Amino acid sequence: MADKKKIVMNWASACGGCDVSLLDIEEKIFSVLDIADILYWPVAMDFKRQDVLALGPESIDIGLFNGAVRTSEQLEDALMLRERCKVLIAYGACACFGGIPGLANLSDRAGIFEVAYHETPSTVNPEGVNPQTVCRVPEGEVTLPEFFDTVYALNQVVRVDYYLPGCPPTEERILDAVNIIAAYARSGELPPPGTVVASQKALCDECPRVSTRTGARIARINRPHEIIADPGLCFLEQGVLCMGPFTRGGCGGKCINANMPCRGCFGPTERMLDPGAEALSAFGSIVGAGGEDALTIPEMKAAVNSIKDPVGTFYRFTLPTAIINRTLKDGRNKVKK
Amino acid sequence: MAQKITISPITRLEGHGKIDIFLDDQGNVSDTYFQVVELRGFEKFCQGRPVEELPRIMPKICGVCPGAHHMASSKAADAVYNVKIPTAARKLRELFYNAHIAHSHILHFFALAAPDFIPGAEADPARRNVIGLIDVVGKDVGVEVLKNRGYAQKIQGIIAGHPIHPVASIPGGMSKPLTGDERKEIEQMGRSLVAFAQKSLKIFEDLVLANKKYADLILSDIYHHETYYAGLVDTKGHVNFYDGRIRVVDPRGEEFVTFDAADYLQHIGERVEPWSYLKFPYLKAVGWKGLVDGPESGVYRVNSLARLNVAEGMATPLAQEAYEKFFAFFGRKPVHNTLAFHWARLIENLFACEEVLRLSQDPEITDPKVRTLPTEKPTEGVGVVEAARGTLYHHYITDDQGIVKKVNLIVATVQNNAAMGMSVKKAAGKLIKNGEVDSRLLDMVEMAFRAYDPCLACATHCLPGQMPLEVRLIQQGKPIKTLARNMSK
Ligand code: SF4
Ligand code: SF4
Repeated sequence: MADKKKIVMNWASACGGCDVSLLDIEEKIFSVLDIADILYWPVAMDFKRQDVLALGPESIDIGLFNGAVRTSEQLEDALMLRERCKVLIAYGACACFGGIPGLANLSDRAGIFEVAYHETPSTVNPEGVNPQTVCRVPEGEVTLPEFFDTVYALNQVVRVDYYLPGCPPTEERILDAVNIIAAYARSGELPPPGTVVASQKALCDECPRVSTRTGARIARINRPHEIIADPGLCFLEQGVLCMGPFTRGGCGGKCINANMPCRGCFGPTERMLDPGAEALSAFGSIVGAGGEDALTIPEMKAAVNSIKDPVGTFYRFTLPTAIINRTLKDGRNKVKK
Repeated sequence: MAQKITISPITRLEGHGKIDIFLDDQGNVSDTYFQVVELRGFEKFCQGRPVEELPRIMPKICGVCPGAHHMASSKAADAVYNVKIPTAARKLRELFYNAHIAHSHILHFFALAAPDFIPGAEADPARRNVIGLIDVVGKDVGVEVLKNRGYAQKIQGIIAGHPIHPVASIPGGMSKPLTGDERKEIEQMGRSLVAFAQKSLKIFEDLVLANKKYADLILSDIYHHETYYAGLVDTKGHVNFYDGRIRVVDPRGEEFVTFDAADYLQHIGERVEPWSYLKFPYLKAVGWKGLVDGPESGVYRVNSLARLNVAEGMATPLAQEAYEKFFAFFGRKPVHNTLAFHWARLIENLFACEEVLRLSQDPEITDPKVRTLPTEKPTEGVGVVEAARGTLYHHYITDDQGIVKKVNLIVATVQNNAAMGMSVKKAAGKLIKNGEVDSRLLDMVEMAFRAYDPCLACATHCLPGQMPLEVRLIQQGKPIKTLARNMSK
């Protein structure tokens, strides 16, 4: 008789899609309940943070953590789970690599507040109010968690055992994770630390269009709305940037099947240090008809500049875990005299 | 010494929230604060992104209503390029979008709202959840809930890629047409959805309306606010989720203003308060008077009840019948009873499901021409849809390359921010007297803002449990009493 495991699921700076994705495995969710007791799942169950805090170190078998870490409260949650969970799994692109909210690292708290509470045209804020972590009200005080300058992936604040990428993870990969939990419940067996629950290969390897990919030079970058893409042809061959070569497979090509190019939510494959940098250098060197020898410098520049928004394209889901993972604040890198 | 009650954590659309209730020396409620404790900064970090990518980035605001952001964003991007999409693309978007609404409404009603009535507020909290609900209505209904929720997700996945974060809608139309086989599959699921939507209304009538205690609760003053209402209506004045003009009615139900999405800045302002990360939208023409109702206050409400209040009726026959029954029950229009949001939601669900079926049978729905390539220079555009939770505005300004310079978003739930705060305060104020608090406070407070469906629904419908709620009575900085809703065991 397998020994039932204790599981918790926590959300941090998340959209809720990761939590919903668990429901899309539909009735199979009951097989999770056969092998595990869920001790905490804020969006679905009423156990409270304080119930988790009352548990001793390593008293939970598996913790699933979705969302990035953006506030002091989310950091506390990450620390709380790390201490109490034998196994901690980063669930979804936000927890694994920072995800789309990680694009906020192109700015900082002040920049974000400035836009949200002052610049947006519908905002009426003549007194220049900003939300405060501690605020005096007539009856006493109310508090808000601290909003960090930087968005972090989970493994930047605590040690992570496994990664379940995707935005959100697809049903098939969630079921793989369920099988891992089942094996753990049965025999105590676990995969090696650091395992990513997805394909070991790039998305291109499972893409139905891969046979048409030649790796030829791209004369001009077409933005997705500028052409009607041929559904049988590799996007790169049509001049549309696709992150397939730099992204781990395992998603089932859901975007490609909808005739839209990959944007990289499964993150890099094992061999890649920094998928964005690799994509940048690879695409940078194949854009422009005829090759470098045939191009003048201005022509080369124009070709490369036809890649709009390289950061938002190549680091869409992975900026916080990139080698250069945020913009520095103005003035901070000035040499002091 | 004043007391403070904290309810934390609660969960909601843009992340996390909590409620602080302050008591005066007599132990009566002096004020309440419904706070949203997170912000992610999309308006800032979408600057510099190509506008055609926003329909794929914006859904990550919310995994419960990603379809609404996908649609509002692509409509704003269409407007930026001033491109008119082919009819088939529009129908495909509408088909997708009605499935999206159906998914959200089914999820909210059965997982979150219904357990307050079935088995009901007085039931053992351990049974006041979807499992307790299934005990009353029968397991076969439970299976149908799961099945039809799944259908609504599958339809979205077929049309737009991923069932959670869709990708197919882009400026100019859709990236892929619908195949004949896909159409057939959707038609079949649509039939099931319509039948299930009718059954859902029947369940509501039999188990809630027919029960005097619940009918009284719905009519009770605890859940009553006389506010303005806003929502999209089509050219005939019918409720429409995908497109239309924004109609606002005053607390007497008279038309206050009807405007095009592009003019929203003339009509809506947003207030910043230092104690919440969430802003407070209000009607500029009336002005911000704080968290109060009445014709002098610019607070307006959105979401299902608001849409029914502003519209002349529903565009489909079964939903129209249900709409008439609804207003006959209250004997007035507008209906100001906050709990009526639930009933209105089920009527809208029927409308959305009828639309899914109708559009799936439209011969043009499989037309391969689903794209118009934009030719005009990009500038500025506003896109608006009715999200399940209310009107959703996306406003983009780009440079002449279509690179985003400015983004403004007014998200559905945010527009109910003031009203939710008011509803929490009223429920708490009616309930807490002389410092006496019992666990019914939790039920009442929860019911007060759950009616607005503030995106709490996302994951609550499959496993036992409701929202995590904890109330602490604090005196001189120390908790003197903890009330916790026990869902464990
Ligand atoms: S990974 Fe995607 S689905 Fe999950 S929380 Fe982040 S944005 Fe939402
Ligand atoms: S680059 Fe994209 S379209 Fe081409 S084979 Fe790889 S995943 Fe498929």
